[in-house]
Amino acid sequence: MLSISYPKQIMIWLTVVVGLMLALPNGFYNRVETSNDARALIDAGQTSAALEEDAALWPSFLPSNLVNLGLDLRGGAHLLVEVAVQDVHASFLEGFWPQVRDVLAAERNVVGFVTREEGPANELRVRISEAAGANRAFELARGLGRPVTSFTGAAASNIDVRINGTLLTITISEAEMSAMNERTMLQTLEIIRRRIDEVGTREPTIQRQGAERVLVQVPGVGSAQEIKDLLGTTAQLTFNPVVARTTNENESPGTGNFLVPSVDEPGLFYILERRPVVTGEQLENAQLDFDQNNRPAVGFRFNTSAARIFGDYTLANVGSPFAIVLDNEVISAPTIQSHIPGGSGIITGNFTVEEATNLAVLLRAGALPAELTFLEERTIGPELGQDSIDAGRLAAMVGGVLVILFMGLSYGLFGWFANIALAINLGLIFGVLSLVGATLTLPGIAGIVLTVGMAVDANVLVFERIREELKTAKGPARAIELGYERALSAITDSNFTTFMVATILFTLGSGPVRGFAITLGLGIITSVFTAIFVTRSLISIWFAYRRPKTIEV
Amino acid sequence: MRLRLVPEQTNINFFRYAWVTFGASALMVVMSVIVFFVYGLNFGIDFRGGTSIRTESTQSVDVAAYREALTPLELGDVSITQVFDPTFDDDQNVAMIRIQAQDGDESISPQTILQIQDALRGVAPDITFPSVESVGPKVSGELIRTAVLAVLGALTAIVIYIWLRFEWQFAVGAVAALVHDVVLTIGIFALFQIRFDLAIIAALLTIVGYSINDTVVVFDRARENLRKYKAKPLVEVLNLSANETLSRTIMTSGTTLIALIALLVLGGDVIRGFVFAIAWGIIVGTYSSLYVAKNIVLMLGVKRDWSKKDPAAGTKYGHIDT
Repeated sequence: MLSISYPKQIMIWLTVVVGLMLALPNGFYNRVETSNDARALIDAGQTSAALEEDAALWPSFLPSNLVNLGLDLRGGAHLLVEVAVQDVHASFLEGFWPQVRDVLAAERNVVGFVTREEGPANELRVRISEAAGANRAFELARGLGRPVTSFTGAAASNIDVRINGTLLTITISEAEMSAMNERTMLQTLEIIRRRIDEVGTREPTIQRQGAERVLVQVPGVGSAQEIKDLLGTTAQLTFNPVVARTTNENESPGTGNFLVPSVDEPGLFYILERRPVVTGEQLENAQLDFDQNNRPAVGFRFNTSAARIFGDYTLANVGSPFAIVLDNEVISAPTIQSHIPGGSGIITGNFTVEEATNLAVLLRAGALPAELTFLEERTIGPELGQDSIDAGRLAAMVGGVLVILFMGLSYGLFGWFANIALAINLGLIFGVLSLVGATLTLPGIAGIVLTVGMAVDANVLVFERIREELKTAKGPARAIELGYERALSAITDSNFTTFMVATILFTLGSGPVRGFAITLGLGIITSVFTAIFVTRSLISIWFAYRRPKTIEV
Repeated sequence: MRLRLVPEQTNINFFRYAWVTFGASALMVVMSVIVFFVYGLNFGIDFRGGTSIRTESTQSVDVAAYREALTPLELGDVSITQVFDPTFDDDQNVAMIRIQAQDGDESISPQTILQIQDALRGVAPDITFPSVESVGPKVSGELIRTAVLAVLGALTAIVIYIWLRFEWQFAVGAVAALVHDVVLTIGIFALFQIRFDLAIIAALLTIVGYSINDTVVVFDRARENLRKYKAKPLVEVLNLSANETLSRTIMTSGTTLIALIALLVLGGDVIRGFVFAIAWGIIVGTYSSLYVAKNIVLMLGVKRDWSKKDPAAGTKYGHIDT
């Protein structure tokens, strides 16, 4: 039957109306965006007349989801960073060494002297002097292992121990390694997010990619450099007791100590105790402050337990210096003037206001567990993005008008039915894009333009088929029906293959390519829907109304 | 009056000059491969690593002066090209500067970028930098790998699908046409040294998708006609199918090309390479559906009998031993 049942008709047009309603906000992009932003602020607890006014720009009963504009259209910074997870492995082994030393030293009569040997960063090498004690040393070291808590429930040890003669080699076990990497990544993501949120940019994308990478996209930032400054420092802050000062950078610091350069005075080095008194993790707050000479500084406050430790330490060490160390550089090494009980203070150094603010941000957000390497960075200026949007819009309009004329001229009334379907199709693409919160990129616009061209394909297949069926002298109703029926397998096969390609692009592609895959894939779905259902519905309504004896396609 | 690109009834013999058309296709493929190996592709930073900087100034671009300004920085291989586009204003002068990946660095150091920007400001004081992109060699290597994987994956998926829906001969024909389209597109990019980046891979896959679309429509009709005219020779059935779907083939390619040409002319220079690849691919894709895919099917021959197996099939050769 050519006619479509009422429930079906209603379903079809309901879908169209809903889709178009979802697309509607995109027609008033700036207005809706202002309104959405204002609403978000009101929800967050802010109120002002201006906000209420902005929020009222778009009625709340209408859908307000917008298509996200990709970085290439909006401008902003894109960074791909790699997390040096091996840093964490090395520092874990570093922290493990004192335990090994202590447990072996306790049985010195069996294992002899214990010395640490140089080795690759992912190994802890310990030499014992008594070959006879090798087995005992092996057992002792292995006894230090802790079960790894993992989802699989299998409790493997967190270390692997091997013994070769008198050389004990300790490595991190597979299970612990992956658990550790997972923790490091989660922590890194969290800290990156906090740091970027601190500077208050809107809608940043912070995404894990693969095992050791993070993708950071921040729209509206003038240059990737700003973000890089924010992420480039690990911000590991410690307060260490000063052992000595030296100008010899090769001086041996002695056991339990380490040598660090000074930031302000080149050529000056500090020998510090490795064990910090307190660390940045115990900070409760940090903000921009000024010292008594009105120079920018960073004010900080420790949490209660750290405040007590710091208080006790200052009480016991009045008159001796301690060093404030940031990422293995001494920022300043003041002398303790008096007991500091409250757990708050300021860090002075040669800061500009900007540097001090940044450092405060970093300290508040916490230290990165591992260093970041920047693998890829892109900055797109907002003007370039706007140019691309304008050019894309113009091209889409010109292309659309030409296609519409072409279809109208080729298929007459049926062509115009297809054109209505095409317009609905474009609306639906935007509707679905807004609904799923997809990102529109420059290649995405190309995908839409391509869909405009290809969307007519299904209609063309049907119309050509109707023409053929008309030649075999069947009635117009039967010809239309057969046209749809017989063109269906070609439509399904051809669109399914294209859809597969779009899926592959989506899975393997990244960034702009993915944006293209989304619009292409959605375009295929909506164009098949409009061609099979919308055009057909239009034709059947027209046919029922006119009852033509002959038709020309 | 209707606009008709193709007469209502066509009876073109697509196989009459089969050796000429098929030979031409084969020749073009071979030439593309040669061009590819002789000139190589002009890989963008996505695949080669390095930094690309887009500059914009009201003063006209003096490539030699730009180059001279950058020479003291010792950046290695630097390429500077002016960009022309009909959508630019009269006083909008745009250039692309590409710098090779710097030794030992994953992405370019901020100092280097500042140095470059300062050096260029010396030449054109009002210069701005609408985009700065930098890709490290590590990532670019991976991008090549995923790109190749994506193209191969798409081809494999298509072959399997066509094989399931049609016969294996059709699958071979379709994939031959696809390889033809992809190779020819890569060939033209090598010949004109158009920048080949990640977006072009997306374009290649789109071509694959579009071309298969075209081929499947002809095949679908061939399958239908093979059932309908059981006695007709394969050549005639394939020819008939191509003629019957010719109007649709030209219409669809036509509308798609119209939209793409609008984008090519008006869409700005940032996506020009991408759009060009798709437009070119649609032209060769349409050609290959008509002249390559079917030829392969014809060469391989097709099992004609789709009816249920003869119930007597099992005893067919029963008398051989006697």
